[in-house]
Amino acid sequence: MSKKKNNKLRGILFGAGFVALAAFLFTGCPSDQRMLQSGDAAQKVYVAPGDHDEFYGFFSGGYSGQLSVWGLPSARMLKVIPVFSQDPETGYGYSEETKPLFNTSYGFIPWDDSHHPHISQTEGDSDGRWIFINANNTPRIARIDLTTFETKEILELPNTGGNHASSYVTSNTEYVIGATRFSIPYEKDLDVPINSYSDEFRGALSFIQVDQETGMMEMDFQIVVPPYNYDLGRAGKGVSGDWVFFTTYNTEEAHTMLEVNASRNDKDFIAAVNWKKAAELVRNGHGKTMDAEYYHNHYNGQNQGVAVSEVKNEVTVLDTREVDENFIYYLPTPKSPHGVDLDPTGEYIVGGGKLATVIPVHSFSNMLEAIENEEFDEFIDGIPVLNYDATIAGEVENPGLGPLHTEFDGKGYAYTSVYISSEIVKWSLDTFEVVDRIDSYYSIGHLMITGGDTVDPDAQYMVGLTKTAKDRYLPTGPKQNHPAQLYDISGDKMELLLDFPTIGEPHYAQAIRADKIKDNVKQIYEMEENDHPNAITRISDNRVERNGRDVHIYMGATRSHFRPDNIEGVKVGDTVYLHLTNMEQEWDVVHGIAIKGSTNSEILVAPGQTKTIKWEPTRTGIYPFYCTAFCSALHQEMQGYIRVSAPDSNVDLKWSTNE
Amino acid sequence: MKSLLTLLFSITLIFTACSGGNSGQQADSSGEPEQEQGLSDFEMEHGIGPITERIDISDDIDEDLRVRGQEIFEMKCEMCHNMEGRMVGPALGDVAERRSPEYLMNMVLNPGGMARNHPEGQKLVQEYMTVMPFQNVTEEDARALVEYLRDYSMNN
Repeated sequence: MSKKKNNKLRGILFGAGFVALAAFLFTGCPSDQRMLQSGDAAQKVYVAPGDHDEFYGFFSGGYSGQLSVWGLPSARMLKVIPVFSQDPETGYGYSEETKPLFNTSYGFIPWDDSHHPHISQTEGDSDGRWIFINANNTPRIARIDLTTFETKEILELPNTGGNHASSYVTSNTEYVIGATRFSIPYEKDLDVPINSYSDEFRGALSFIQVDQETGMMEMDFQIVVPPYNYDLGRAGKGVSGDWVFFTTYNTEEAHTMLEVNASRNDKDFIAAVNWKKAAELVRNGHGKTMDAEYYHNHYNGQNQGVAVSEVKNEVTVLDTREVDENFIYYLPTPKSPHGVDLDPTGEYIVGGGKLATVIPVHSFSNMLEAIENEEFDEFIDGIPVLNYDATIAGEVENPGLGPLHTEFDGKGYAYTSVYISSEIVKWSLDTFEVVDRIDSYYSIGHLMITGGDTVDPDAQYMVGLTKTAKDRYLPTGPKQNHPAQLYDISGDKMELLLDFPTIGEPHYAQAIRADKIKDNVKQIYEMEENDHPNAITRISDNRVERNGRDVHIYMGATRSHFRPDNIEGVKVGDTVYLHLTNMEQEWDVVHGIAIKGSTNSEILVAPGQTKTIKWEPTRTGIYPFYCTAFCSALHQEMQGYIRVSAPDSNVDLKWSTNE
Repeated sequence: MKSLLTLLFSITLIFTACSGGNSGQQADSSGEPEQEQGLSDFEMEHGIGPITERIDISDDIDEDLRVRGQEIFEMKCEMCHNMEGRMVGPALGDVAERRSPEYLMNMVLNPGGMARNHPEGQKLVQEYMTVMPFQNVTEEDARALVEYLRDYSMNN
């Protein structure tokens, strides 16, 4: 018995030892980390109190559904912009004007998994007008306005499963792209056996047009493609500006146990799509219209307005099996590639073959030549498969285990994140040889170079977004927040500067020079331009109105009172809409409101802004409400009362202030 | 309790010292001889802010300006000021008699600077215990407000 125990114990110890050894091999020892002398590193990230950072960094929130904003290099968190998840702190997704943003063809969805933020571009460079981010679970793309840092629009993608290869923009933000990671039947709501995968399931690549004045998105067309997993995407740049690229895995068309069954082929594909040609084909009537159901949620006002939901019922589709002309090509790429990344010139197409032993680099000009010479190995559903040797420019040897994503410094070097061996490798676009490597802590996913994924990176810093923190910070329980590491890449050798925890699980991130955004940021909502339908623009308009069982309170707030602050005549069974306008015009003077017993969130209202919160009182009594945002020395005095009476009471509706 | 409030207000003043943008700094470069608290005669009488010299105002009311002034008043001022009777801030029915047009404009355009650096502004904070906020008005808006306040005091 005791011997058995010993064996078991030995087994456990052996197992633990093995895990520790593996962890050590793969992650290195923290004390061995290569970084500048602490003092030098501190100086490089030090931004004096009151000074501003050089870069805005936008980090996806992953399973938080949000987008966090950081100052770099200091790694100060500036804000969390709520996007796909409700945010009771601000009332986003709870207030009446923001609730429609969460509508989908499946109903109101309070959460999603946000992945790849991408800043709008002009001539291939980030321009700081908007930032887009995708929802992976219920496929959607959101647009955030970078003058107010608010989510202004969310578009659902029809007939798509897992919108992961998104939300990358083309060089002049003509299109934002999306794609299906989990192929599903393309026809709406088709009910078929799962093992009919190869016959019934299809992939969809989405091309969403962006209005250059307003930023408004519109589903222009989708391309129906073979049922692989379309994993990541990027738009071309410069010479390849008319193209977008998507990686695929699961060309095996497995529908179960993909871990094994989708890892059999030596090569999968990078899909190269000539979007200009595809758009032209659509304009010339080569597309067909198919039934669909998807929501387009956006604001109906120029300034504030309120969000509204429009339901769309059809989508234009290009089916590669039905269109004779070629506009999409497959580039064989080893092996289950994850990232596909274009260098700043647009010539090199780098695949992150996560199971491959090399990093394959295709040449765009080779690709065009191969197309010209029709060097096709085969056709799949009408899509030409190009010959690997014809398109490949080089293979980077010894890149580590599990290369995922690549970014570029514009000085001839590429930086690839390598997951399993937990490192970043720097390699030359000239020789395709690794020139430097540095550990990440631990198990890196995406990486990002400041000013990156543009024709002109500001390659001073690099951020690695890693999957596990383990011992990096003070422990906070079995689940630690995801880390990010900041590296200095201005010299020949990469140097670790900083390691900091983030929110959710940051997948991709982008950083842009602060001066491209900060002068355009709004400090207030102009009262004279308040187009919210329930705003009051004169305090004398404060009032309470009853419309059947609906009670509308039009309230103003300034330091340090609400008007009205005494309200009677509300009854149990009423639905109360409290429309609060912040009558202040001074930057960052925010008022909030919360009502005792309300099963809703608070709302925070910025200067000049109007927000509406719904309240359904279920008990009679006196309900205090108060300002939730410390606004002045008399903030504690900023309060009021609402009297709620029985449904059959004859208490008259009345409201007052200072009476 | 009162001293606690005073302390709180002092703290508020310190913390909001950077708001508004245009503080009393123009005053330092006006080149006029300095008086009490480093203020010039002009500033003592007409306030600290972007209005640094007397402006031409006709005795007659400019009706267009008055209408615009009333619109701004109702949108941006009335939350805190009555014409008759104290509210958050002082009653303004007779303010055009008590203060010069330039003083009124500086008070509206540079309330933070006035509260901090002008003896009259400091007195107001002591009495009303709230620093008047800048309400994003232009010089033209402030001039229109003056017209509205002048008209009101003439006719009431």
